[in-house]
Amino acid sequence: MDIVIAQFSNTVTVILMVLGLYVVLARGNLIKKLIGLSIFQTSVYLLYVGPGKIIGGTAPIIAEGFDVYSNPLPHVLMLTAIVVGVATLALGLAITVRIHEAYGTIEEDEILKKDGDA
Amino acid sequence: MTLQHLPALQVVVPLLAAPLCALLRRPTLAWAWATLVSWAALVIAALILTQVLTTGPISYWIGNWQPPWGIEYRIDTISAFMLVLVTGIGAVVMPYARVSLAAELPADRLPWYYTMYLLCLAGLLGMTVTGDAFNVFVFMEIASLSSYVLIAMGPSRRALMAAYQYLILGTIGATFYIIGVGFLYLMTGTLNIADLAERLPLVENQRPIIVGLAFIAVGLSLKFALFPLHFWLPGAYAYAPSAAAAFMAATATKVAVYLLLRFFFTVFGEAYPLPDMAIPVIWIGLSVAGMILASVMAIYQDDVKRMLALSSVAQIGYITLGIGLDSEVGLTGSVVHLFNHGITKGALFLLVGGIALTTGTVTIASLSGIARRMPLTMAGIVIAGMSLIGIPGTAGFVSKWYLILGAIEEGWWWLAAVIVASSLLAVVYMGRILEAAYLRPAPPGQEAREMPLSMLIPAWILVIGCVWFGLDTDLTADIAGRAAHALLGRAP
Amino acid sequence: MSMMILAMLVPLGGAVLIALLNRAPAVRDGVTLVTAVAMFGVVIQLVPEVLSGGRPATDPWQVLPGLELRLVLEPLGMLFALIASSLWIVNSLYSIGYMRGNEEERQTPFYVFFAIALSATLGIAFAGNLFTLFLFYEILTLVTYPLVTHKRDEAAIAAGRVYLLILVGGSLILFMAAVAWVFMATGNLAFVPGGTVAGVLSPLETGLLLALFVFGIGKAAVMPMHRWLPAAMVAPTPVSALLHAVAVVKAGVFSIVKIVVYVIGIENLSSLGAGEWLAYVAGGTVILASIIALRQDDLKRRLAYSTISQLSYVVLAVSVLTPLSVVGAALHIAAHAFGKITLFFAAGAIYTAAHKTKVSQLDGIGRRMPWTMVAFAVGALSMIGVPPTFGFVSKWFIVSAAFADQHFFVLAVIVLSTLLNAAYFMPIVHAAFLKPAPHDPHPHGEAPWPMVVALTMTATATILLFLLPTLPLALARQLAGLP
Repeated sequence: MDIVIAQFSNTVTVILMVLGLYVVLARGNLIKKLIGLSIFQTSVYLLYVGPGKIIGGTAPIIAEGFDVYSNPLPHVLMLTAIVVGVATLALGLAITVRIHEAYGTIEEDEILKKDGDA
Repeated sequence: MTLQHLPALQVVVPLLAAPLCALLRRPTLAWAWATLVSWAALVIAALILTQVLTTGPISYWIGNWQPPWGIEYRIDTISAFMLVLVTGIGAVVMPYARVSLAAELPADRLPWYYTMYLLCLAGLLGMTVTGDAFNVFVFMEIASLSSYVLIAMGPSRRALMAAYQYLILGTIGATFYIIGVGFLYLMTGTLNIADLAERLPLVENQRPIIVGLAFIAVGLSLKFALFPLHFWLPGAYAYAPSAAAAFMAATATKVAVYLLLRFFFTVFGEAYPLPDMAIPVIWIGLSVAGMILASVMAIYQDDVKRMLALSSVAQIGYITLGIGLDSEVGLTGSVVHLFNHGITKGALFLLVGGIALTTGTVTIASLSGIARRMPLTMAGIVIAGMSLIGIPGTAGFVSKWYLILGAIEEGWWWLAAVIVASSLLAVVYMGRILEAAYLRPAPPGQEAREMPLSMLIPAWILVIGCVWFGLDTDLTADIAGRAAHALLGRAP
Repeated sequence: MSMMILAMLVPLGGAVLIALLNRAPAVRDGVTLVTAVAMFGVVIQLVPEVLSGGRPATDPWQVLPGLELRLVLEPLGMLFALIASSLWIVNSLYSIGYMRGNEEERQTPFYVFFAIALSATLGIAFAGNLFTLFLFYEILTLVTYPLVTHKRDEAAIAAGRVYLLILVGGSLILFMAAVAWVFMATGNLAFVPGGTVAGVLSPLETGLLLALFVFGIGKAAVMPMHRWLPAAMVAPTPVSALLHAVAVVKAGVFSIVKIVVYVIGIENLSSLGAGEWLAYVAGGTVILASIIALRQDDLKRRLAYSTISQLSYVVLAVSVLTPLSVVGAALHIAAHAFGKITLFFAAGAIYTAAHKTKVSQLDGIGRRMPWTMVAFAVGALSMIGVPPTFGFVSKWFIVSAAFADQHFFVLAVIVLSTLLNAAYFMPIVHAAFLKPAPHDPHPHGEAPWPMVVALTMTATATILLFLLPTLPLALARQLAGLP
């Protein structure tokens, strides 16, 4: 239990990661899959940002009286990753809309059935 | 002056050209613009390759920030080779695309197609030139997102599902990759690939590093469809527009393999020799499984594009097999097969796309007797098919020869046997196409016509390449040999 | 430009012309004939140099380090090239008669692929190293596939599958492995008198390598790699005659002889004792194929099994591993070519004139088709090895070599197979001339004249070569290193 608390940030990261991946694989609804995908990607933000933050540290601006800084690079990287994540989600939703127009459903098994693949 | 900025131009030109392309609302204009940019990219890549071959690796500092703080573009022999492959395929496919796409897409979508194609090109080139592990992720996502769109534009509604599946699996792959890079960054504090390679040996706690490597390997394997992570690929290539399928089959998976080579050999090679982590065993096992099982699956496909896509999965097995051999001969085989399979499969997708132009979907049944209607197209398929099988005198033979030598060098005769057995499976599935096209009678009312020259000539350029690079290997095997040498860390 | 390259380009140029002349069948057929004559004319110019001990060669073209495309002419290649190119002239004449007489469809592609196949055959004959040999070997398989499947019915498609899978499969798996092995062991693939792997490989390895070559070269039809040959009989008879009795199958045994002489080395093989099994495999094929031939009622299939048996004669001769036996092997390549093409010509003539394909239908046919059946008899005698036919000469050398080497298994095989040959050929001749003809509702005479001329020519050649075997003998002796 102690290790879970000591590694709180990492624990949450792992839970989100596994949870997201599980939702992607287990759900047949295209929207729910995308939600899972987003959760999965969010876990990565934590993976980077968590260790980058130093307790008591400030933003890395040189100023009198502040000696401990958080690492800015992971934050910047994750800004990019968030943008990528949003773009992916937007595209995924757009494709889902088109799928709904073409098939009249967003359930994976029904779509496969309509194409005769199942 | 300009020469010095070639690495940046290689990426920036198509990247900036893309939004401009979206503004050109006339399809022909957008096409002309995209073609022009593709050819310019090829010229830049060729200049870079000659420069690398004469003066050694190029290091370009973006914004003049010194690495490892700034982003570095680093181009050595193998990346220059990949640049030429990617831009070369792009330059050949573009002239083909105009007529082919006009038949497959509504006119108002065409400029968007070219926009997405240019973005995809920029992303792939960026993945190749950059020397920064996180920058790779950004370019990977640029290439991936645009390729999801390209696939979703496919003429049948199945293309949408294929694109969606690719989006899910591709994103998982990219996220795995970035998780792996995260672990490396946490342990070393750097994202520069060359810097990573230097710092990795200094890290005492090895476990997070190995976990990071595992994430990167799995993530990239998803991207290049290593068996059994290939489920997105057959649908994606089968239902994408023909020009997009040819372009992606020849380039997208190859660039992901290139990245894997980078990480396996440049980053980890020295501090973490592959055999220490049992990677050759796993890799050869999966490669062999892919070579055999995907080929067998290809035999039972009736949709020709799906057949070719599954054949790609098998051929990727050849490439990863050479990586697993972890020797200079094997790696040369891998690198040269990246190129040879690129042109071979590109040619096949272009030619089959030409048939699709008149018959819609291309099934074995719809090919009956088509050789009389489209003799040049089918002749091209025969020659490219021979290269796929690995008949001597074709490009495919060269790569297989290296892989067989690599297997024999290790004393693994069974592996040499598996390599040729898989070629025999290729004989069977290509044989099905040829039997139908040449020996079966044409159904009454078949109206297939030879595709227009603007499509036939690009396809035949690649077909001739299949033979040319089987007889003259100065450009391919020679450079691949040098690249393999450099990757294994022996000074050239 | 080297005469060898010119000789290979002539049929290719002919193929292009033939393809262009699709609309003018008469001119097209003329071009075929002229091309064949021209190719023979070029090939024959190379003879004096080879006879005087010269080895014409082209500059090597490097494909990969150690893998070179190179043509080098030596006596065996010269002999093979002469056989293939001279018989192509006769065969072209015959084809014209056959294709017209049977009103075959798609004659233009037929002639085109035929010409390309001849070019590839010359490539095999001229191959200066193992890689070049392998390359043209594969090309020959691929360009003869359209000829085998010429009829495009279900039987032809099925036969085409067997043909491709056995020949391409065998060569891609076993032959290629053997080539790669030689490359790994010696670092080069050149043909060197005495053998390149001599002193490099152990006896066991040498034996294994030999096995890879013998079974990998499926065109030699050593059992159990023989199934493609009877299957290929669905092709039009000119194809069976020139390609599946001469060019393709001879390319197989030619490659084996060449590899044994120049890659493995005769002395090397006999001193290591690694090739003894070959005599038993080849001997077994000779006898088994003859027995199967006895039971075939389809004339072309009977000839095909006879071919399988006769090809293994060549391999059997090589397996004795003495210079004299190599002379016998080389001569048998020539002797069987002339004899068997005559037999196939006759079979095709019977099919064209009388539409008969079965042995049991041939009673009394000798009276309607005397020229054809006399030629058939000459061919059969050559197969059995009776003077005055060329078949006697080659058999004589093989028997002498086996005697000199006290190789009694080989002798026993030859005696037994001679009896079997007689048993499956003589009844046909007997029935044709001595049995009364059944009542035939469609009376017929000889086949069209080009076919009769062609088969008379090859039958005459079979006898002439018995009387004057100077040229083939000189080339064969050079090959074996005999004065």
